[in-house]
Amino acid sequence: MSLTTEDVNKIAHLARLGVDIQDVDTYARDLSGILDLVTQMSGLSTEGVAPMAHPMEQCQRLRPDRVTESNMREKFQAIAPQVELGLYLVPKVIE
Amino acid sequence: MNSQWEVVIGLEIHAQLATKSKIFSGASTAYGAEPNTQACAVDLGLPGVLPVLNQEAVRMAVKFGLAIEAEIAPYSVFARKNYFYPDLPKGYQISQFELPIVGNGHLDIDVDGVTKRIGVTRAHLEEDAGKSLHEDFHGLTGIDLNRAGTPLLEIVSDPDMRSAKEAVAYMRKLHELVRYLEICDGNMQEGSFRCDANVSVRPRGQAEFGTRAEIKNINSFRFVEKAINHEIERQIDLIESGGKVVQETRLYDANKDETRSMRGKEEANDYRYFPDPDLLPVEITEAFKDEVRVTLPELPDAKKRRFIEQYGQDDESAATLTSSRQLADYYEALVDASGGEAKICTNWVTGDVLGALNKAGLEIGQCPVDAERLAGLLKRIADDTISGKIAKQVFEAMWQGQETADQIIESQGLKQITDTGAIEAIIDKIITDNPGQVEQYLSGKDKVFGFFVGQVMKEMQGKANPAEVNKILKTKLKR
Repeated sequence: MSLTTEDVNKIAHLARLGVDIQDVDTYARDLSGILDLVTQMSGLSTEGVAPMAHPMEQCQRLRPDRVTESNMREKFQAIAPQVELGLYLVPKVIE
Repeated sequence: MNSQWEVVIGLEIHAQLATKSKIFSGASTAYGAEPNTQACAVDLGLPGVLPVLNQEAVRMAVKFGLAIEAEIAPYSVFARKNYFYPDLPKGYQISQFELPIVGNGHLDIDVDGVTKRIGVTRAHLEEDAGKSLHEDFHGLTGIDLNRAGTPLLEIVSDPDMRSAKEAVAYMRKLHELVRYLEICDGNMQEGSFRCDANVSVRPRGQAEFGTRAEIKNINSFRFVEKAINHEIERQIDLIESGGKVVQETRLYDANKDETRSMRGKEEANDYRYFPDPDLLPVEITEAFKDEVRVTLPELPDAKKRRFIEQYGQDDESAATLTSSRQLADYYEALVDASGGEAKICTNWVTGDVLGALNKAGLEIGQCPVDAERLAGLLKRIADDTISGKIAKQVFEAMWQGQETADQIIESQGLKQITDTGAIEAIIDKIITDNPGQVEQYLSGKDKVFGFFVGQVMKEMQGKANPAEVNKILKTKLKR
């Protein structure tokens, strides 16, 4: 399986990663190599094998429905770039 | 509506589950707190945190599944839905994709006296996002993450509805059900119960579906109907004028009564779901299901059937009285406490009580007159202490204050006069004072009888026993 430079650019965009133009070909080659490695599995018969959702063969432990967290807004917001009236401020996302 | 076209509607409803804490963290879910005071490290998506699943959210999802006779997945998986938006700090929403907790189920709706079964494709657990406030931050957006991580049950219907009316009936039914189950408070203003509608049209008789548009976040029953009808019209107009419906997300603008295309959520369909490695698969055992099953209340449909049978109600009264669990409970408490006829209780609750609540803009849970006090009033009608008419006056006074019916009847001197002597005296006086009307009555004008009843009642401030008045009047007027 071979990824095109377009694929790489799209993936980078979806992940909001800035990729330098001169690196795109390298990424395309490396990522294709990874996919080829994984593709080998397609040659195996997986009939009767349940898809694995998690490598640990355990099921999720559940937590009782209790409020255990207190208000730590001040601490959290101390490391935020910009806050106002208790809100985190971010660049405007809609016009 | 143009009958050449058939409308196809499917709804996705997000119900906020009424847990105390969030789905993956111990932060409170209480509504209305100061911004970001209920957003902990997990909700903020800070590095190194791990989600831990809330047992109550799972229990509620299973409860819902059992109530719609759905398959409950013995094994379900949480997945990451990846997209970037500032009110989603992790860059992905934890949701369920391939293996949701609730599978195929169904819900029956009644539209114009016809019952129709609507399929529920699935219901899955996920976390809510935070809120973005776009006003007044000098060109920036304010983010409140209190809502982030609130448990949601997303309930996806089959594309089984064929009109906006059916869609509203389905939504109402679901709203009623989640409140019966006490898994969601159903508060639409606060966004606890939200609806997205998938709408398409196709030429009648065509098997395949037309291209659909999704209308987002419709937050009232009235808007759902309007928004869908508007969208149907838009699509038909578009196709008939040679255009094509494009698959897109549209936003309903209630002020302008129109839907418009939502820009910006580019590549919305590329969510790149994959199983969340931070969470293990959820196993639901038969024992757990049984444990939940015993907590199921009597469900709306069953309760309605019972009300019709047990209390001899017509379909409409039964539907009204079972529309919420609290109202049904109120009614049954009233029947119990009054020891009177179910029919009278039905009339009082569907008429006076609901009328007064409606006028005051209150819910049954806020009713100033509880079932026990109202029963006290109905008992006084039953034993002829007061007439039905005076009862309305007493009810009014009970609504305003804390007194019992007996206290009001006593203090306002409303006791019905059944003393025939007193009634006779008044009647004699009225007959003497109105010879003209007596003449008319004797000459066969039966309608004048009402005039005499009215005069007697007026004279006695409505306190005379009406049956007694009728009887005495009839005898006296015969002569």
